[in-house]
This record gives sequence, C-alpha cells and structure tokens, in this order.
Amino acid sequence: MTQNRPWIPYLLILPSVVFLGLLFIMPLVQTIWLAVSDDGAPSLANMQRMVSDINFMQSVRNTFLLTIVVVPVQIAIALAMGTMVAKIGRGRETILWIWTIPLGISDLAAGLVWLSILQNTGYFNSLLFSLGVISRQASWLSYQTPVALFIAIAVAEIWRGTAIVVMVIIVAGLNQVPKEFKEAAEIFGAGPWTRFRKITLPLIRPALQSALILRTVLAFEVFAVVYALGGRNFPVLVGEAYNWQNQNQNYSVAAAYAVLIMVISLAATLVYLKAFKVDPERLP
Amino acid sequence: MNMQAISSEAAATANPASFVSSRRWLLWSGIAALCAWVLVPIYLVALGALGGRQGVYIWPKTGLPTGISLEPFILFLQTEGVVRSFLNSLGAAGITVALSILLGVPAGYALARYNFPGKDSYRLLVLLTRAFPLAILALPLTVSFIRLGLYDTIVGVGLIHTVLALPFAALVTQGIFLGVPKELEEAAWVFGCTRIQAFFKVVAPLALPGIVATAVFAFVISWNEVFAASVLTVRNRTLTAYLLTVLSESPMHYRFAGGLMLILPSVVFIFAVRRYLFAIWGISSK
Repeated sequence: MTQNRPWIPYLLILPSVVFLGLLFIMPLVQTIWLAVSDDGAPSLANMQRMVSDINFMQSVRNTFLLTIVVVPVQIAIALAMGTMVAKIGRGRETILWIWTIPLGISDLAAGLVWLSILQNTGYFNSLLFSLGVISRQASWLSYQTPVALFIAIAVAEIWRGTAIVVMVIIVAGLNQVPKEFKEAAEIFGAGPWTRFRKITLPLIRPALQSALILRTVLAFEVFAVVYALGGRNFPVLVGEAYNWQNQNQNYSVAAAYAVLIMVISLAATLVYLKAFKVDPERLP
Repeated sequence: MNMQAISSEAAATANPASFVSSRRWLLWSGIAALCAWVLVPIYLVALGALGGRQGVYIWPKTGLPTGISLEPFILFLQTEGVVRSFLNSLGAAGITVALSILLGVPAGYALARYNFPGKDSYRLLVLLTRAFPLAILALPLTVSFIRLGLYDTIVGVGLIHTVLALPFAALVTQGIFLGVPKELEEAAWVFGCTRIQAFFKVVAPLALPGIVATAVFAFVISWNEVFAASVLTVRNRTLTAYLLTVLSESPMHYRFAGGLMLILPSVVFIFAVRRYLFAIWGISSK
C-alpha cells in the first residue's frame, strides 16, 4: 500500500505536526526560555524570585499533599467501581454512565458544586446540625481552617477526577482479564483478595500506569477547584502562576512556575514508567 | 440520608426472593452508594442554582426541592456577560472541534493504515503532550497572540484548546480506522474507486459514529478548560473564564447557577455518546 506513494502518510500527518510544532513545542521552548532568562540573557533571577515568594513553599507543599492524597484514593475508588461493575449484568451501562458523568465536569464546576455543599449555610452543615454534631454553622473553607479546606478540596477533586481513572482502568484493563485465570485461581483455593493482587493487578498494570500518569499530571495542574472553594486561602502552583501572570503581569515568574510544574510532571511520569516497567508494546 | 434510601431500594430490587444473599446486597449497596456519591452533589448544586438568593440562607437545609423555580436561573442568564461568555464558549469549542477533527482524522488514518519511517517519532510527539500540563503553555502564547492579533479572541482560545484535543483525536481515530476492515477499502479500489473516493464512500460512513463521538469529546475538553481561557482573554471571556474572574464578587446563588450551567451541556453530550464512550476510551488508552 505504501510502495508506490510513500509520501501519502507524511502528507496526512503534516498538518498536525505543524500545528503541534507551533502551539506545543514552540510555547514549550518559549516558556523554558522565559523562565531562565532575564532581558534576553540567561539568568536565574526569575527562579529566585519565585522561590523567595511568600506563597512558594506553601503552594509546593499544598500541591504535593493534594496529589499524594487524591491520586491513590481515586485509583482505589476506580478499582472498586471496576470490580463491582464486572459482577453485574443488567444495568451495567447505566451505572457506568452515572459513574463517568464527572468526565464532563470541569474543575471549576466541581469546585462550585462542593461550595454549595460546604458553604456556611450549606447541606453539610445542615446535616451535621440535624444530627446534633454542631450547634451553629461551622465554616470549613476559611483560612482559619486549613485542614478542613484541604479535605474539602481533596473531596471535590476525588469526586471529579475518579471518572477518568475508571474509564482507563476498566476499558483497557479489567475487561481484558480472562475469566479462566480467576477460575483457575479459585480452584487452587485463592481468596478474592489474593486473586485481585496476584492476577487482576498484574494484568491491568499497563492501564494502571497510564491512569496514574494521566491523573498525576492533572493533579499537579489543580487550580480552579481550589479557587472556587477557597479563593486565595489555599495557594497551589498553577494558581500562583495565574496570579503572577494576571495580577502582577510578570510573565517571567509565571513561566518559572510553569517550568516547575512541567519538571514535576515529567519526573512523575518517569517514575511511573520506571516503577511499572511494562512491555513497551502495551504502553499508552 | 439519601444514600441510605437509595441503597436499600436497590437492594430490595436486587433481591426479589425472600432469601437475602448478603454478598449480593453488599455489592448493590456499594454500587448505589457510589451512584449517590456522583449524583447527589449535582442535585444539590441544581437546588442551589434554582433556589435563588433566599434559598442560600435557608437554615438548616433539608435537601428537598422546596422553593425552587427557574426564575433565579433566568435572572442569572440576564446578568451582563453571561450569555455572551456562553456564546464565546460555544464558539471556542466549535473551533476546537473543527480543528481537532480536521487535523486529527488524517493523522489517525495515517497511523492506522500506513507503516512509515518516523511513525514512532510521531506517536511519541503525540504521547509526549500527555506528560505536560498543556494549559500552562498558554502563558508564553499571550505575547505571540498579542502580536498576531489573536489575543482576547475566540480563535486564539480555540487554537490552544485544539492542542489539548488534537492528540486525543489522532489516537482515537487511529483506533476507529483500525476497526474498519482494510479489505473493504481495497475492494473499493478494485472496483475503480480512487483512494479519496474509497475513503469517503466506504471508510468514512463506517467510521462516522466514532468520529462524531471524538468531536463530542473535543467539545467537552474545550468547554471545561479554565486556565488557558482565563489567561488568553480579557473581554471576550469564555464561560469558565468569566465565572472564574467574577467568582469572588458574585453572590452564592450566582456561583451555583454558573456551576450548573457549566455542567449541563457536557453531561448531555456525554449522555448522547455514552454508547461509544468505552469504545473510544479503550482505544485512546492503549
């Protein structure tokens, strides 16, 4: 098929290569250059300004903490969802649809959804009140309650982001685990937990890997959900980049934050690739 | 409260016989609880959006749909900037869909049907986009977009959103074309179709549902994107960018109305393509 006109595939991919070159590779290089230069000369001034900023350490810590808490919970819930849905016949499609609704929900909307629940006169306080746990409205989202605010943001992120993991894990993984494997294990006396650990988990490793990469990169990008729930009470990396760009009009420090986020994302990706070491043929 | 009600109901329907299998019951209550976990918050924000100013201060709340009407939501729609930003969001999403399909489908076809030197590098380029927080690349683009006259325009936002959607479209359409038997296409050639005719007459109709679903996903990606849209616009804001900037000075019920407005279209769209959802994701994550 390719012998007589070898240029056809190149013609077909050319537009997207040009596009990605102009709007992915070029801005990437520009961002890096903006971050490590000052007035056109290489310099670490922007990095220093970023690091010495009052919110820097806090935003690094917050972003990491959020990622470390949110991603494993998402994976766990998604695995639970996947295992459950595999056991039912009728109604499977509907239930999967419900579980994947958050796929279509932006992080801003997710933040607003949980704001309606967690604001002072919201449903969560109402529930606690009617159970007699609190006697008056408690606030969960102020700077005075950093732990509660952190939990609130984590819950909203878990609520929204689990769907994508469900998709990746179920579709690419759980569905492809042959029934015979499980039956054989059962015959040899393996319990459900052992079966899950020794058979399902190794077989869905590639899917798990791509889900982890996807979710972790997205988790480091967390921004709007934080802003909707806590305003500027809870600094995160992308939020700081946004503030430097929009409020302070300092593109270079914003770029420094962007580079930091990229480096962290890339490092996380590499760690996952190394830690999982799957057959390259099955990589996403 | 809600969760318990739903789970006991589900358990009851799952076990019509008097013998109650406890494992079955556990399974269905787990499923019901997780369904409630997804649905109840959406229901509650809808209540907030339709409850208006008074609704926000009702205390304690019951979670029942009392005192709601469409009026507060319509008032929200009449607020200056809302309809305009809604239309802007539609515009940006439209551009994203058009571009990512136009650029992504040929690439997907090439990946599916041809083996060529450089194919792996191309795939790597596409996959590389996944390891980067793409929206952040909007930061340096402000400068070039100002120079090109694309800053603060819907086209500019559509362009950056296409960067997010294009890799996805290329990979997904590759899978879709792999699912269309090559033999059908070759048969069309034998019967005298040119390559282009064969593509449009034989392959395209078979691949169409998948391509439509890909387009819907591109729409949702653009519709939901907050960061790049906020950085690249000032007056021509998309809905997400608009909501983000007015967030701190809006009353609570407006925020909820905004949240509901963001959620509704994409949920409807996802529902419309739910049959292809898994097929597509299965493909894109391979």
